[in-house]
Amino acid sequence: MVTAAIWPALDYSRVPYLLYHDPDIYAEEQRRIFRGKVWSYLGLDAEIPKPGDFRATYVGDTPVIVNRDAKGEVHAFVNRCAHRGALVRRELSGNASNHICIYHQWCYGLDGGLTAIPFRRGIRGQGGMAPDFDMSAHGLRPLRVGAVNGALFGTLDPDAEPLEDYLGPPILAQLRRLLDRPVRVLGYNRQRIRGNWKLYAENTRDNYHASLLHEFLVTFGLDRSTQVGGVKMDHRHRHSITWAEADTDDDIAQQAYADAGVRSNFLSLQEPDLVTFRPERADRLNLVVTSVFPSSVFVQISNSLAIRQIRPRGVDEVEVFQTMIGYADDTPEMNLHRLRQANLVGPAGLVSMEDGEAIEIAHRASGPDRDRTTVIELGGGGVISDRDYRVHDVPLRGFWSYYAELLDIEPAGAVR
Amino acid sequence: MNFDRLAVYELFAEYGGLLDEGKYDAWLGLFADECQYHVVPRENHQQGLPAALIYCDSRAMLEDRIRALGEANKYNIHTDRHIIGLPRIVAAAPGGLRVEAPFAVYQTDQEGEARLFATGLYRDQIEAAGGRLRFREKVILLDNFAVPSLLATPL
Repeated sequence: MVTAAIWPALDYSRVPYLLYHDPDIYAEEQRRIFRGKVWSYLGLDAEIPKPGDFRATYVGDTPVIVNRDAKGEVHAFVNRCAHRGALVRRELSGNASNHICIYHQWCYGLDGGLTAIPFRRGIRGQGGMAPDFDMSAHGLRPLRVGAVNGALFGTLDPDAEPLEDYLGPPILAQLRRLLDRPVRVLGYNRQRIRGNWKLYAENTRDNYHASLLHEFLVTFGLDRSTQVGGVKMDHRHRHSITWAEADTDDDIAQQAYADAGVRSNFLSLQEPDLVTFRPERADRLNLVVTSVFPSSVFVQISNSLAIRQIRPRGVDEVEVFQTMIGYADDTPEMNLHRLRQANLVGPAGLVSMEDGEAIEIAHRASGPDRDRTTVIELGGGGVISDRDYRVHDVPLRGFWSYYAELLDIEPAGAVR
Repeated sequence: MNFDRLAVYELFAEYGGLLDEGKYDAWLGLFADECQYHVVPRENHQQGLPAALIYCDSRAMLEDRIRALGEANKYNIHTDRHIIGLPRIVAAAPGGLRVEAPFAVYQTDQEGEARLFATGLYRDQIEAAGGRLRFREKVILLDNFAVPSLLATPL
């Protein structure tokens, strides 16, 4: 098994390729991280407004049901029958008064408790379950559920710290900003990328790549590294907020990119609505990517708003499941604006499609040589800290520091 | 109404052929001056949700996307192959047709490996004007809405 000796650098500035490719490590991540003490985004209150509403989701690769009971309370549990381990709820969403496994029709209530077993007493006194079979000990495995302004989170560890402590003040503030009024779900999109899930998790923390990989941002003036921006993290550096302010670099942008020798044709669109930022609050933030360890991402790119779940599908594949949202009080014009700006994100996103390719080429070429490492040194090595500039990849080291802690492979003298 | 069924077939053959040859500007010529082009995940369509993967509600937006593809975007190096089923004429009225056609797009990578990339249904409004047929609206219902890798070149 992997040990603390795997790290060539104490500040997590070198990550061995092995960590992206070893199936044993993948299994360990599922156990210690996803089924451990982290909190994972499950869905939105707005997706299950009525009693009986349910949605199927995942925590890591574990299938989970989220539903609302008759009293209006939200429950989440592992979508796996206590009897033979079958998926209980096969539909992705719906409304029901209970969940019945089709295999032997074991029946569970909306709190996840086992309520009925067919032929429990047998037939004519023969067969059935033993009289002392404890129904209450065979419910669906529950998650603890927490919420921030209607965003539902769950954890499989009953002893996990409270959600608000897990997120920490800066992340909480950003989620409350994004969800500062009732939301409306506009739709979903999914992208299956042939790469390890951590490459995607790192990508959401990597400010350096944004305007280099995603040339659309620079070419059409939506986001440039010359804007006022930076990164803010929680005190453990496991989460990160990449932020930038609109219209703060008109004077220096073109020269900076030219000086760096980066291709930068500054062009304009026939339909400028696609890149027009309509401020919705007092602040000037037009880009905020809030990445919550390990697999939840809250995204504002201009007026396109989305929540992403990173769903690992084995060591070599990840699904990015994205929920596009607007606000319940959006005007028809704003609604149309968001549908248009949805062109920016997702698998066909004009500023995001490249991520799929970048992750696949990183996964492909790193596989064969697993004791070699990545280099994470933009913005310098050493102590991990917030930055008020954009050319850095510091939060990646924050991700790995908490990853090492959860896998119990933190090196002695780690610099975090 | 009288219409030339063969002309409809030719329109779809051109559509797939031009995309597979990477002739995107010529492909744009198959669309009317006022046109729409949307790629909709079946998941959203079934739930009555409006968000699309690609949402171009004007010709300008469609042209912008093609321009971005050439000027800014990077994507997997590949060859597309459109397999378009026989178009089904759903309705015919003076000046236009409603047509549906099933499609599959295979992608082959640089090392010669092909995979089914997309399959679904074209739901189109076709305009008959000036002696030729052009797409006024193309809604692409994507059955495999868990998009493999990424969606760059048009379906």
